[in-house]
Order: sequence, then C-alpha cells, then structure tokens
Amino acid sequence: MTRKQILLIGVLLVIACALPFVVSNYRTFQFTLVMVYATALLGLNILTGYNGQISLGHGAFYALGAYCAAVLMDQAGAPYWATIPAAAAVCLVAGFLFGLPALRLEGLYLALATFALGVAMPQLLKYDHFAKWTGGVQGIVIAKPEAPWGLPLNPDQWLYFFTLAVTLVMFLLAWNLLRGRIGRALVAIRDQHIAAEAMGVNNAIYKSLAFGVSAMYTGVAGALSAIAIQYVAPDSFNIFVSIVFVVGIVVGGLASISGALYGALFIQFVPNIADEISKAAPWAIFGIFMIGFVYLMPTGVAGAVRLLLARRKS
Amino acid sequence: MKAKFVTASMVLALAAFPAAAQKKYDPGASDTEIRIGNTNPYSGPASAYGTIGKTIAAYFTMVNEQGGINGRKVRFITYDDGYSPPKTVEMARKLVEQDQVLFLFQTLGTPSNTAIHKYMNMKKVPQMHVATGATKWNDPANFKWTMGWQPNYQDEAKSYVRYLLKEKPNAKIGILYQNDDYGKDYVKGIKDGLGAKAKSMIVAEVSYEVADPTVDSQIVQLQQSGADVFFNITTPKFAAQAIRKAYDIGWKPLHFLNNVSTSVASVLTPAGLDKSVGLISTAYIKDPTDKQWENDPAIKKWQTFMKKYYPEGSLIDNSNVYGYTVASTLHQVLKQAGNDLTRENIMKQAASVKGLKIDTLLPGIVIQTGAKDYAPIQSVQLMRFNGKQWERFGQIIDSSM
Repeated sequence: MTRKQILLIGVLLVIACALPFVVSNYRTFQFTLVMVYATALLGLNILTGYNGQISLGHGAFYALGAYCAAVLMDQAGAPYWATIPAAAAVCLVAGFLFGLPALRLEGLYLALATFALGVAMPQLLKYDHFAKWTGGVQGIVIAKPEAPWGLPLNPDQWLYFFTLAVTLVMFLLAWNLLRGRIGRALVAIRDQHIAAEAMGVNNAIYKSLAFGVSAMYTGVAGALSAIAIQYVAPDSFNIFVSIVFVVGIVVGGLASISGALYGALFIQFVPNIADEISKAAPWAIFGIFMIGFVYLMPTGVAGAVRLLLARRKS
Repeated sequence: MKAKFVTASMVLALAAFPAAAQKKYDPGASDTEIRIGNTNPYSGPASAYGTIGKTIAAYFTMVNEQGGINGRKVRFITYDDGYSPPKTVEMARKLVEQDQVLFLFQTLGTPSNTAIHKYMNMKKVPQMHVATGATKWNDPANFKWTMGWQPNYQDEAKSYVRYLLKEKPNAKIGILYQNDDYGKDYVKGIKDGLGAKAKSMIVAEVSYEVADPTVDSQIVQLQQSGADVFFNITTPKFAAQAIRKAYDIGWKPLHFLNNVSTSVASVLTPAGLDKSVGLISTAYIKDPTDKQWENDPAIKKWQTFMKKYYPEGSLIDNSNVYGYTVASTLHQVLKQAGNDLTRENIMKQAASVKGLKIDTLLPGIVIQTGAKDYAPIQSVQLMRFNGKQWERFGQIIDSSM
C-alpha cells in the first residue's frame, strides 16, 4: 500500500467513527445495514468476482447466518456477540459442503444449483419439524443489544460500532487472503483453470474453499443483520435477497474489495430513491438505475473510480 | 375594538370548552397538519395488496380537498417495503424518526408488523389498524400501542365451526390451508372451536405453499380422505383452483370458503359461478362486484370517489373498498381526537369508538372498541353463494359476546 492509500483509509475510518454522532439514529441504522450488506457482498465477490463461480443463492447462507444468531440467542440465551463466530463456523462448513458437489457444475449450471438453494431456503425455514427452533412462519423476535461497559452510546450507535468492528476485521481478512498466494490462485482458476492446474493449483480444494469462505462472509453478514433488525422470518429471505446481492457485486465492481462497499450503498439506497420517484413501478425505476450504472460504468463503480484516478495521474 | 371582542369571545369559548380548545401536540401534529405513516408492498410477491395503500392515500386527498380534519390537512406518507420485514423495520424507523409522523396506520402484513411490533411499543408510537387478521394484535395488556382492525382469522373460523356443529354435528372435516401464519391461525381457530371433538372430526389436513402452481393434488387427497366438509383456507388464486377442482372430480362436501377469497370477480367467476353454488363464507364489507349492491348508495359513493381520486384503481377489487372503509374509521378517530393530537390521546380515542357505522360495511356490522378491546370489527355474517350472488343468512355473529 502506498502512503496515500493508507492516509485515505485513515480518513475514511475517522469519518466512519464520527458518522453516528453527526447523523440521526435512523441514518446510523441505515449505515449499519450498509456495512452488513458490504460484508455479504464481499463474500459473494470472493466466489463470483475472484473465483468466477456464479451463485444465485447466497441469500440462503445469509438466512442461515441470521437464523444461527437468532436461534442461539432465543433458545440458548447466547450473548449476541458470541453468535457471530458461531454463524461464521456453521456457514463455512455449510458452504464448503455445498461447494463439493458444486465442483462438478460449471458456469450456468452452478448458477442454477445455487438458485435452487436460494428458492428452497424460505420453505425449509417454515418446515414444521424445525418450527420448535425457527418459530416457523412466525419467525423469531430478538432483543436489541445495549452498549456495554457504561459507554455513553445509544443502542443504534453501539450496534453501528459493533458492526463496524466486525466489518473491518472481515475486510482486513479478505484483503490479506486475496492479495497473496490464495488470491492469485483463485484468480488463476477463474481466468484459465487448466493453466492453473498445470501450475500446481489444486482446483477442487480452492474452489470448495472459496465457496466455504464466501458462505462464511455472507453468514456473518446474516447474523449481523438479525441483530440489527431484531427479527428473522422466512419472508425476510426470499429469492430476491440473492438476486439483489448479485446486483450489488456487479454494480459495485467484480473482483474488487472496495466494490463491495459501493455495491452495498447501491442496494441499500437506490430502492428507497426508486420508491420516492414512483409508487406505481418502483422496480422499473430500480431497473433503470441498474441499466444506467452498467452502461456508464461497465466495470462497476470500483472500476470507474480506478479509471478516474488513473486518468488524473496521467 | 374588534380585536378586543374577538379575544373576549375566545376567553369565553375557552371557559366554556376548556378541553376542546386546549391544543396539545406530539411530533407529527400541528395547527395545520397531521402526518401519518404507512408501509405497503408496492413491489414484490404481495404487490397486489399495494392498492390498499393507494386507496388510503386517495381517501386523504379527498379529505384534504374537503377541508381536512378539524381544519388540519392530513399528510399520508407511504413507503414500499416489498413485503420484506427488514425493509419494514427500516421504513418504520424512517417514518417515526425522520419524517416524524404522529403514528403509523395500516402497515400491511403479519410478518412485517411482527417485525416492528416491539419497536413501536417501545417508542410509544401507535401502530394503528394494522392490515392483517392475525389474532395477536388484540393484546392491549402487553402491547398497548398496537391495534388491529378487521375480524381476526380465528374468530372467523370459529363462526363456521359454530354453524357446522349445529347443522352437521357428525361431520368429517378436511382442511386445506396456506402454509404460513395466516393459514395456521385459521386452523387454530377451527381446532379451538371444535374443542375435544377436533381429533375425531378432522380427517385430513393438507397445506400448500404460496409458490405452488396448483392445489389439484391436495384436493384429490382431501376427497380420498372421505371428508364431507371442506374448510378452504386459501388466497384468491388457490381458492378458485380448489373450487373448480373439487367440482370437476365430483367431490360435493359442505364447502366453507374463507373471507379472504370471497370476491365474485376475482375468485368465483374464474372458478365458474355454477361450480361455486352452495359455498358458505362470511362477510363484513360490501363486495363491489356483488349484484345486490349494484344500486347501493354507499357503493355508488365509493365508485364516484374511485373515479375522481384513484382513477387507475380497479372498481372490482375488494381491497379498494377495504382501504376506503379503514380510512373512514381512522377519519372518525381523528375527528374524535379534536385538538388533543397526542399519541396517548389517539390511542385512547381509537380505543373508545362506540357503535360506529360505516356505510361500506354490511348492514348491522359496527365498529366497537374499548380500553381492553383492541379488535374494532368483531362481527361477521354468514353467507351462501347461490350462483349469482352471495346471500347473507342468519344473525350477525359477534365473537366478542
């Protein structure tokens, strides 16, 4: 990293820390959601952007993480912070296991298989025999965490900082993972898997691991969202969640860490703008925004920013 | 001199009506405006219901044109939540914290309202007349800031059971229900109504998912169970399929159809009017597509309202009469609240509506609430379809009795 980049990240961090003291609680809550989405998108980006495996069912892992957190808090009385690593572990294993059979599926076929997972998830959550834990169609209502150690923060602000901390750790881990050997291997598999194999990259292991790690990120985001929303229900995790995640990484920028953040801002705020413009056809307006972004910034927002910076330099 | 006289008369007025003249406001209310918040699914899987939010918005446009309520204009702020609970939470917070509405009204959907139930009660902002028939909204002891409106599903189910036990005490019951909170609430009502007999009388219980293409196989399953009574707990599309399929395979049970799907235009006509003869259901609102209300002044008035204020809305959609009626209820509550527009008083007034008649409700059905009764409409009337229209029969059934 250059000194300039470190400076930039430092400035961003200062802004992020100051934010909840400047804006209203409601905005703080919205930015908490942005970070939640950013973590989920980062997970999907590791799989799709870096490794080239398309998933249309990441909403399922998001739901799994959310339900892990909610069930643990509701049934076992676990503290909210302890549910994050638990959700991460469960989703890592679930993602890895799903990734193994998915190895045989390429491109669009994998997209279909994951799509099936995303479609099935809400119904699995309603399944009668799980209802004892999942609350069935009623879902689970959970309590809002208060700031600990007598910190002078209201619950929204505390939740913001908690989410910020988790998000930072997750981004740091991803950055560390992707810039080194593993990251290069993932990209090599995406670009030319035969060549990658010839170079000694174990395709099967890397692809399954990418799936596991990606699911873990999305699961952590799911757990964070459950804590922030204080409620999980099957209706919260329909197939649209998965589709919107794909929209997020494409608009934000594939194979880019900062792209996850741009994508999160897009999926959080653009639907609200669309709703303000038209009640009759909010999705149509959302679609226009999407087409606009993809046309104007074919490499995502992250790509456009990179291009802009490069132009200024030259 | 004139000014003095005005002041003097005002002092007199104040002395005479101390309560009426005392203006009290919470956030969202002022001398000129009452801000009301709402979430509706304008997009997503339940977007068919979004028309309710649009009707309510049109209703308050009309009220404002006619001078508002006690001289104040109503600003009805409504957001799309796509029937997704997380989005409802976000939008409810936006309405309460940023738009500073006085209260929320007619937020739609059981999961969506569950998601904000705790928040609204913690914030002490009324969650008024929610658009769901779940039974849990009538719980003033634990959730004093939340109130339902329509007859709840369990009460409706119990009124069928009461009729059934009288007419056919040895029935073999088959139930088809939608696998969600709405369907399960009905099933609970049926079982509670039957009491100890539930185990022996219910011979089959099958469900379907909203995403299923048809319910044909479920109907065959129910017929094979030997049931001679059919509780059809389905939403419009599936109700039409079920009615048609039952008729086509020659199954002729005593057929109870839930109130959700009684629209002549959108359920019975696609199912086949001849195939719908003998269906039994309940009603509390006038169906605009039912011939018996063709020349009814209330439905005529509603049609005029629709044409002027919501011309793109459908004149055969029950939801639009529903929206109009529920908005009329709130209109009354706000009139009653007078100049004391605090959240406390709004709730108090909403809980003291006595025998309110709204002309789009069926004759004999009134809106009635109390400090311990947060269920505004508790009466329904049974009705039977005769091939052309619904014929109401029997007394008004009041489940609060």
